[in-house]
Amino acid sequence: MLHDRDRIFTNIYGIHDTGVKGAQSRGDWDKTADIIKKGREWIVEEMKTSGLRGRGGAGFSTGMKWSFMPKDSGDRPHYLVINADEGEPGTCKDREILRSEPHKLIEGALLASVGIGAHACYIYIRGEFYREAEAVQRAIDEAYDAGLVGKNACKSGYDFDIYVHMGAGAYICGEESALIESIEGKKGQPRLKPPFPANCGLYGCPTTVNNVESIAVVPDILRRGGAWFAGLGRENNAGTKLFCVSGHVENPCTFEEEMGVPMKEMLEKHCGGVIGGWNNLKGVIPGGSSVPVMTKGQCDSALMDYDGLKEHGSSLGTAAVIVMDQSTDIVRAITRLSAFYKHESCGQCTPCREGTGWMWRMMERISVGNATIDEIDLLEDVTRRIEGHTICALGDAAAWPIQGLIKHFRSEMEERILEKAGTQPAADAAE
Amino acid sequence: MNSSGEAFAFTPENQEAAKAILAKYPEGREASATMPLLTLAQRQNDNWLPREAMDVVADMVGLAPIRVYEVATFYTMYNLKPVGKNFVQVCTNISCLIKGSDDVFKACKKKLGIGNGETTPDGEFTLLEVECLGACVNAPMMQINDDFYEDLTGETTEKVLDALAKGEAPAAGSQAGKRVGCQPAGGLTTLIGED
Amino acid sequence: MPKLTIDGQEIEVDASMTVLQACEQAGAEVPRFCYHERLPLSGNCRMCLVEMERAPKPVASCCMPVGDGMVIHTNTDEVKKMREAVMEFLLINHPLDCPICDQGGECDLQDQAVAYGCGESRYTEEKRAVSNNDYGPLIKGTMTRCIHCTRCVRFSSTIAGTSELGGVFRGEHLEIGTYVGNTITSELSGNMIDLCPVGALTSLPYAFKARPWELKKTESIDVLDGLGSAIRVDSRGGEVLRIIPRLNDDVNEEWLGDKSRFACDGLNRQRLDQPYIKKDGKLQAATWDEAFGAIADKVNGLDGSKIAALAGDLVDVEAMTALKDLLASLGSNNMDCRQEGNAVDPNVRASYIFNSTVAGIEDADALLIVGSNPRIENPVLNARIRKRYLEGGFKVGVVGPAADLTYKHDYFGADATTLNDIASGKHEFAKVLKGAEKPMIIVGAGALMRADGAAILAASKAIADNLGMVKDDWNGFNVLQTSASRVGGLDIGFSPKDGGLDTVGILDACGDGKVEVLYLLGADGMEAAKLSDTFIIYQGHHGDSGAHMADVILPGAAYTEKNATYVNMEGRVQRTSLAVFAPGQAKEDWAIIRALSAALGKTLPYDTLPDVRGRMAEINPVFATTDEITPAEWTDFGMAGDLQLKPLSSHIRNYYMTDPISRASETMAACTAELLGQGGETERTGTDG
Repeated sequence: MLHDRDRIFTNIYGIHDTGVKGAQSRGDWDKTADIIKKGREWIVEEMKTSGLRGRGGAGFSTGMKWSFMPKDSGDRPHYLVINADEGEPGTCKDREILRSEPHKLIEGALLASVGIGAHACYIYIRGEFYREAEAVQRAIDEAYDAGLVGKNACKSGYDFDIYVHMGAGAYICGEESALIESIEGKKGQPRLKPPFPANCGLYGCPTTVNNVESIAVVPDILRRGGAWFAGLGRENNAGTKLFCVSGHVENPCTFEEEMGVPMKEMLEKHCGGVIGGWNNLKGVIPGGSSVPVMTKGQCDSALMDYDGLKEHGSSLGTAAVIVMDQSTDIVRAITRLSAFYKHESCGQCTPCREGTGWMWRMMERISVGNATIDEIDLLEDVTRRIEGHTICALGDAAAWPIQGLIKHFRSEMEERILEKAGTQPAADAAE
Repeated sequence: MNSSGEAFAFTPENQEAAKAILAKYPEGREASATMPLLTLAQRQNDNWLPREAMDVVADMVGLAPIRVYEVATFYTMYNLKPVGKNFVQVCTNISCLIKGSDDVFKACKKKLGIGNGETTPDGEFTLLEVECLGACVNAPMMQINDDFYEDLTGETTEKVLDALAKGEAPAAGSQAGKRVGCQPAGGLTTLIGED
Repeated sequence: MPKLTIDGQEIEVDASMTVLQACEQAGAEVPRFCYHERLPLSGNCRMCLVEMERAPKPVASCCMPVGDGMVIHTNTDEVKKMREAVMEFLLINHPLDCPICDQGGECDLQDQAVAYGCGESRYTEEKRAVSNNDYGPLIKGTMTRCIHCTRCVRFSSTIAGTSELGGVFRGEHLEIGTYVGNTITSELSGNMIDLCPVGALTSLPYAFKARPWELKKTESIDVLDGLGSAIRVDSRGGEVLRIIPRLNDDVNEEWLGDKSRFACDGLNRQRLDQPYIKKDGKLQAATWDEAFGAIADKVNGLDGSKIAALAGDLVDVEAMTALKDLLASLGSNNMDCRQEGNAVDPNVRASYIFNSTVAGIEDADALLIVGSNPRIENPVLNARIRKRYLEGGFKVGVVGPAADLTYKHDYFGADATTLNDIASGKHEFAKVLKGAEKPMIIVGAGALMRADGAAILAASKAIADNLGMVKDDWNGFNVLQTSASRVGGLDIGFSPKDGGLDTVGILDACGDGKVEVLYLLGADGMEAAKLSDTFIIYQGHHGDSGAHMADVILPGAAYTEKNATYVNMEGRVQRTSLAVFAPGQAKEDWAIIRALSAALGKTLPYDTLPDVRGRMAEINPVFATTDEITPAEWTDFGMAGDLQLKPLSSHIRNYYMTDPISRASETMAACTAELLGQGGETERTGTDG
């Protein structure tokens, strides 16, 4: 388990001064110019060394992503875009950075921009985070006033501008190309890839899109060294991570913990454990709504990192842990997610536009037992027809929770159908 | 569709704000200002966006009006019809659902006497069920205008609504009285000064 | 060139291709809905998914650039399943209203459902319904059939440049439309009907008229503007029911203007279907013999100088050849095919054609438009200019009417004297033209109809000469002819020769009695006052203004009713084909003149169409071949002179009504009323969107 000395987000609860003075007193903006002067290549190498993997859900190596940016793009400027469109159900970690640690984000944005050769950065904050955007804007204004950003940022000789761009209610804008479309003033419809943003992103220019948390940890990594970060967690799953645990635990909360900690221990240490005790656990969605649900049996031994959860057929995603105890109507819970994906489908491509509505309608019926048993198989087949066939990953994200439900909790679905039909379940369906 | 029947114009103050918004984007990329300008227009216009305002924005950013209509209808925060002074948005997504958003939503319906998507006859409240608002460790929660009200129960929900109905400004954040922000209600487990 | 393996077959393709195009080249059929080769890529329908080895997921072949070593599979079970899946998704919310859908029988969705679908639906939930959209008099919007391929949206924003359609709302509520209930005003709107792969956008005038398999399909050429677009005339019985474009990359690509497409109902209205003779001030039905007799009574013995002829906008070259020969045999040199008084030089072909060619626009890098609004004079040509504009590196300047041309341009007012400043190099745009490698000028027919038309022609030529528009492999001088008969008439020499009178001279001579007989070959719109004492023979197909002033009417055939030759603005010789027979006693025009020549005792020496065409080639060798462009020789033309201060304008005000056919069309009347009344202050703000 992580020691406080290795925690990056030392004001994550906003208990202390969130302004520039407070941030500086906690070590932010310390000799930033020296880091900038070490140069683009050093920064990228150090990030690669750190083993940081993108904290937005996909888990791609941040240093590697930066290295994809072209060395020389002629007249085309490079852009850093920070994805603060946090909207994955269960996920609320970036919100805390935005409102309590904005200077870590801004300093990280400056250093990341040096790493990718950008002189301008847009932070795309979901529209509902109005107060959070105010906090970030306040911090940006402070940083400009203090000469930390803007022309000759931190007196490093590097020019750097940073702007807030707010969304207006569209989960899909968390997908990086949809987010770029949105900044360009369009509907947030994901682009086809290739081309990838590193070659053709914002305004057709080389662009890196990173999650808030990925950027906010950059200053500490570069200050303390990539090796320090790499020394935390497990191999290929380095560093610390913000976890946000919601649902049926005694104390739902957000905290920074080392990667790879056992789920059970983590829930017990930080969240007071599962309501009614570990044995009252029904299932956990360990990484935001898009990842498959895990059963208690799987949770018993799961380690909280990319590989640890992959082993159990799920995924770390955004590290948003949704805990469900035995009181949970899991069919209804997943039905609610189906409604969510239907609502958030951009409508661009066929399988997602048509399929999310179809799945939701079936789930609605199944959740009240108004269906036949073979419709569960039909539902499963529909999820397979969406999965992998859409422009972006929303189709997959809509399919997986249902697949997880059918895989682990099919008996509950059947039970409900048989009950409604007036037939008792053929066998005891409890798992 | 969704015409206010009146011409829309930005106030002098908002015209300045619009200039500042346009200045955030490179020359020739004025289209990027579409969303922030729509938001600005909506905030000026009692929190809803008539077609006339969309047309004004289209003109300012140099887009065909249909491009702006596309944007205005794509993003759910643009209200295409008038909403109440207090726009109550209750998250009912998974984390809130399993922590009792049914009670919150029921309390809203009971207190306000309206259903999902409806506005009270006095124009004070609009109630809407919405998707995850990103405050899941503080579930269940609701957003009223710009503020989040968190760790709700049916009872505290009614309290917040009562206060608003009286014209008060109830404090945003956790309504459980046990914690600030996203910290564990049982006391901090990290950042407690240990090494 | 990259090498790919497609279904086991190795193939080398152009590096700029997509996987879908490579598959086509390899002979592997890939179904698609959203993909269209002339539209920007979209990749949304997912019908073209194929398997690519080493790719984590199936790829949308329409958007995937080819790469060396790619291994593609289009015929695996997995691909078959994906196609079935997409078909099923598309159909779950598509109404099964094929029996009442006009797209039936030519519907991509129907065809592909048969070819790639699984034959049954497993969907038992409620279907989504979407209300219809009112797009105006041309397009019927049955939006519940829409599959959201966005072809129409992309056409509207990219090709037409009018950005009228969009996709509003999102997810399963995504709707294609204008959001505010506007009608579609683009002059190219009908193309969206062709592009729509389903029955969401269908032709409103053609609604419930026919099924495609009932139609006789005749490949032909449009004559309602100067472009000569390739068309297909669909008819049943004796009636033309619709006209749609055919592919011709050199001319219209695959687009067609709305007038050319939708004016066809005018072919069935106000037709002249038998000869008439004016008796006691009233037109009375007559036989051909009686009509010819009446003409012979007047003409026989009359000096040739007292006879004149004018040819109108829709007249074919065969008819003009016959009439020219007949006039010659009667001793008259008074003839003109420039009924509007166009100042082009009939003796210099380069002065009256579009020398750069239409496809050549894509090679140009600067353009000056003089006295023309190409968008209404020729929307398809205008789309080609826009296409070039979208490529970038193409400056456009306009001296003439101010208009929304759908592309950015520098506007230099409408003062004709500006042309002198440009020609002399003083004007700012002269530098742009001079600096360009292939600069071009488009002179509107309207500019040449003015009293100072010859001077404008000369000034335009000076611009071309002085600013390097005419080179070995490039001629940037262009006249935008708006009439299908103009270039053909000039090519065949239907113009005054050896002291003969031109249009203005003929009309003046009619006024003072020097000309006693005027033969109007499809020429309408003459000032009646001057012609009150003239014996007028009107040969044509519509009871338009020319027929009303006639003493004898000879009923001719419209362009859909004859095999006839036309020359487009580029000088491209093309032929129409007979799709239906002319109504009643109406006949092919050259044959009427041939018969009349016999009645006048001046029998013309040809009895068959090949004979007439032989005669045409004898007069001008360009008629020996079709569909070819012979570059015109660049010699002197125009007459330098003072330019008037009158602002340059387009001679076309109403795109929808420019000729006897479109003037007879109810559809075009509806467009005039509904679409041209629209815009600016009067724009509808209805609540029906």
